[in-house]
Amino acid sequence: GKNEYDLLVIGGGSGGLACAKEAAQFGRKVAVLDYVEPSPQGTTWGLGGTCVNVGCIPKKLMHQAALLGSALKDAQHYGWNISQPVHHTWSVMAQGVQNYVKSLNWGHRVQLQDKKVKYFNVKGSFSDPHTVRGLTKAGKETVVTADNIVIATGGRPKYPTHIAGALEYGITSDDLFWLKESPGKTLPSFILYVSLECAGFLTGIGLDTTVMMRSIPLRGFDQASHISKKKQICFTTQQQMASLVTEHMESYGTKFLKRCLPTKVEKLKSNRLQVTWKNADLNREENDSFDTVMWAVGRVPDTKTLNLEAVGVKTNSETGKIIVDATEATSVPHIYAVGDITEGRPELTPTAIAAGKLLAQRLFGQSSELMDYDNVPTTVFTPLEYGCVGLSEEAAVQCHGSDNIEVYHAYYKPLEFTVAERDATQCYVKMVCLREREQRILGLHFIGPNAGEVIQGFALGIKCGATYSQLMKTVGIHPTSAEEVTKLHITKRSGLDATVTGC
Amino acid sequence: SVQAHKEEDNPEKMMEVNGLSPVPHSYDYDLIVIGGGSGGLAAAKEAAKYEKKVMVLDFVTPTPQGSSWGLGGTCVNVGCIPKKLMHQAALLGQALQDSRKFGWQFTEEVKHNWMTMTESVQNYIGSLNWGYRVALRDTKVTYENAYGEFVGPHTIKATNKKGIEKLYTAERFIIATGERPRYLGIPGDKEYCISSDDLFSLPYCPGKTLVIGASYVALECAGFLAGLGLDVTVMVRSILLRGFDQDMANKIGEYMKEHGVSFIREFVPIKIEQVEEGAPGILKVTAKSTTGDQIIEGEYNTVLLAIGRDPCTRKIGLDKVGVNINEKTGKIPVNDEEQTNVPHIYAIGDILQGKLELTPVAIQAGRLLVRRLYAGAATKCDYVNVPTTVFTPLEYGACGYSEETAVEKFGEENIEVYHSHFWPLEWTVPSRDNNKCYAKIICNIQDNERVIGFHVLGPNAGEVTQGFAAAIKCGLTKEQLDNTIGIHPVCAEV
Repeated sequence: GKNEYDLLVIGGGSGGLACAKEAAQFGRKVAVLDYVEPSPQGTTWGLGGTCVNVGCIPKKLMHQAALLGSALKDAQHYGWNISQPVHHTWSVMAQGVQNYVKSLNWGHRVQLQDKKVKYFNVKGSFSDPHTVRGLTKAGKETVVTADNIVIATGGRPKYPTHIAGALEYGITSDDLFWLKESPGKTLPSFILYVSLECAGFLTGIGLDTTVMMRSIPLRGFDQASHISKKKQICFTTQQQMASLVTEHMESYGTKFLKRCLPTKVEKLKSNRLQVTWKNADLNREENDSFDTVMWAVGRVPDTKTLNLEAVGVKTNSETGKIIVDATEATSVPHIYAVGDITEGRPELTPTAIAAGKLLAQRLFGQSSELMDYDNVPTTVFTPLEYGCVGLSEEAAVQCHGSDNIEVYHAYYKPLEFTVAERDATQCYVKMVCLREREQRILGLHFIGPNAGEVIQGFALGIKCGATYSQLMKTVGIHPTSAEEVTKLHITKRSGLDATVTGC
Repeated sequence: SVQAHKEEDNPEKMMEVNGLSPVPHSYDYDLIVIGGGSGGLAAAKEAAKYEKKVMVLDFVTPTPQGSSWGLGGTCVNVGCIPKKLMHQAALLGQALQDSRKFGWQFTEEVKHNWMTMTESVQNYIGSLNWGYRVALRDTKVTYENAYGEFVGPHTIKATNKKGIEKLYTAERFIIATGERPRYLGIPGDKEYCISSDDLFSLPYCPGKTLVIGASYVALECAGFLAGLGLDVTVMVRSILLRGFDQDMANKIGEYMKEHGVSFIREFVPIKIEQVEEGAPGILKVTAKSTTGDQIIEGEYNTVLLAIGRDPCTRKIGLDKVGVNINEKTGKIPVNDEEQTNVPHIYAIGDILQGKLELTPVAIQAGRLLVRRLYAGAATKCDYVNVPTTVFTPLEYGACGYSEETAVEKFGEENIEVYHSHFWPLEWTVPSRDNNKCYAKIICNIQDNERVIGFHVLGPNAGEVTQGFAAAIKCGLTKEQLDNTIGIHPVCAEV
């Protein structure tokens, strides 16, 4: 046809690459543009997007490093003789992680090549609805035309630019995973899961870490709370779960500065950073010095340089995200969007991948299947992990009324914690069900080790319309933590003590 | 039984003491449970909820090596609990190695101290034994540490450690005596070998160990002993994990071989001799090939027998009350309400014929049985699609049909097997095997591609499998599986 490509994907991340590779399976001519604008601190990375480079992957690996630190302590109770003290060296971990990420960058390039998808390392912007202008780092221009265009440029961390020194001296998750040297005494600011996860593993590897929060933990999932009730992802306004998670972190060594708002960041002669903040409780100004200040105050969609105005792609005025319908179509025909950049969708890798694949199947594979965003399971990889699927308790109450829901819960102790003499106070599982008849499960929440592994299978069950009675018919696997879900029988309504005592 | 009544204490006095309402037909108890293990205790505690007068008899006949333990049965004392804890100790050894790649630094040489681990494990078990005794007391269940056997249709003789006998009567009985490890019946087996009954409280490090058997008990024990740094060999007569999906069983074996466990295949031991006394000493094992005349010999510090378990049903007077058992296996056949051929006598747990030998199954069966007896419930124990996990070094979780059984039942052309190897993210940085973890699901094409079998080989297999079991209970199909979003990055998303 007139256009060079059947499909052009702008953004080589989870959603973009999945869509491109799927389209190529149908024998289509596909091109991917990917470009990483360096962070204010100068950090940049290769093909693969947020998840691979500055998200899920390095995050989980560093979380694992922290968990291994705990394992070292546990090991002594289990008979392993390890001489004290034990040290952690950031650069060894960082190199291991960064090497693995680089192998994934390479893997993605090879995959694109194998599937005959053309890859351009250029920054794209629209000239017209079928034409995108790409600029290399050096400023060289390429023009690409396509029948269909998918925008999958994702997001980047927000900077609180109203705080003096925030931009010059602070880093974000974009930089944290690529630091060659230890961040030392760190202050990740504000509470989002990113902040808690990072604070968690930084503490776990032995760094003096403080989290500064304006109000309450996990409140700032603003993106999530804007979506319609039906599509609410489970960690919206999860007060109870959030406080259990942060309580654990506190007992684990992370410091929290609650109800504090930073006002400025200055560099000291020693090269350390001095942070000044307003303590709302004590109504006074305080300060302290840190080696690193990390902002985790939210992410903004990467649409600034796309020139969306030129083609009329509508965005949400408040969030800046691209508005799409159930088919991932934007306001402009033949232009679509998937992933973190889309309004009202969960910001998760697997949903972006699934949406990207289904989109390609609809465009080129005669499929009509739409993406189902309901009951998407997810996990926050804090030191004590939190996995969930379905509705939060608050959302269920809002949807159905508190009289029509039944909440089963239990505090349990993972067997492995016993000999290790670890505190299991915050290990908790909660199931939100409809109250009538079979008691269909609306949501499941689990705090404990390997929360992601536990929740995944139950997400399937919920997809099948699982009820409390079916769950009670499912025999537990012993001894695991997951079996606690099949043993739930104390309701919140009863007010009884929900602590599990023995088999 | 009239005779028995005359010999007893005043039943009314006993009832007053316990503050319960009178028992029908002047029996001492509504229910006597023989066996204080997973099934027995669950049933007893449940019955007490309905204000029934319950007694639990529990007694552990010491092993040939002299090991014994407290209230709680196999799972708590010599099964699931200590097994998983020692498995965890082995996993932590691996974690130590991994941690170096994640930046942790400590001395090159790290040694494991068996006594430290065993003491911690035994302390924890002790707390569980205590917890059970308290729980029984709190729920007003009478507990006697005595060996129970039937002497009449409604009468049990209970003999304690000192040999003192007492008689008790009850309206109904639940037999939950479980099993004990089988011995080979060859010279030297009882004198010199240990079993899982002894391993978890062994007061010395087992050293170079020969594990005889290919059951999950054999492989799990061999696995963690190797993980703790010991020299371990497994002697297998024929196949690994009989009854399990053989494709998965072989993968488990391969992994163990690559991680330091030696296997001697197609040999059976014919005699065990002591070369040197000690704790441990040195034993000489002579074995014969199953396929020819070859004889081999080997020396080990410890020989662990794990060739199977036999039900404790031969010496509890079942013949006196007419309860049928399978003469060959010793197992008790029951109907779908756990009732034996004698209407007022029931059985649950590992002793049942044709049922799974698992703690949660025994607990479920016990509870549901009691609810049917005393709370007017009708729910029967659902033995279908019971998930299980083998805690070998590479864990194996499964629910539903093995591939062989599915092919046999439905025909190869009617099933579809989806499978994938995967590399846990946590294994990348420390460069651990990248093609060993594996997952497969077996679908019934004729029934909407319903998932009838789930198998996963990888870390935390138990945690992964549990939720899938719930989904399979809900009739999960391949399509629903495909439509469910994965959690990233975890193993379960595969």
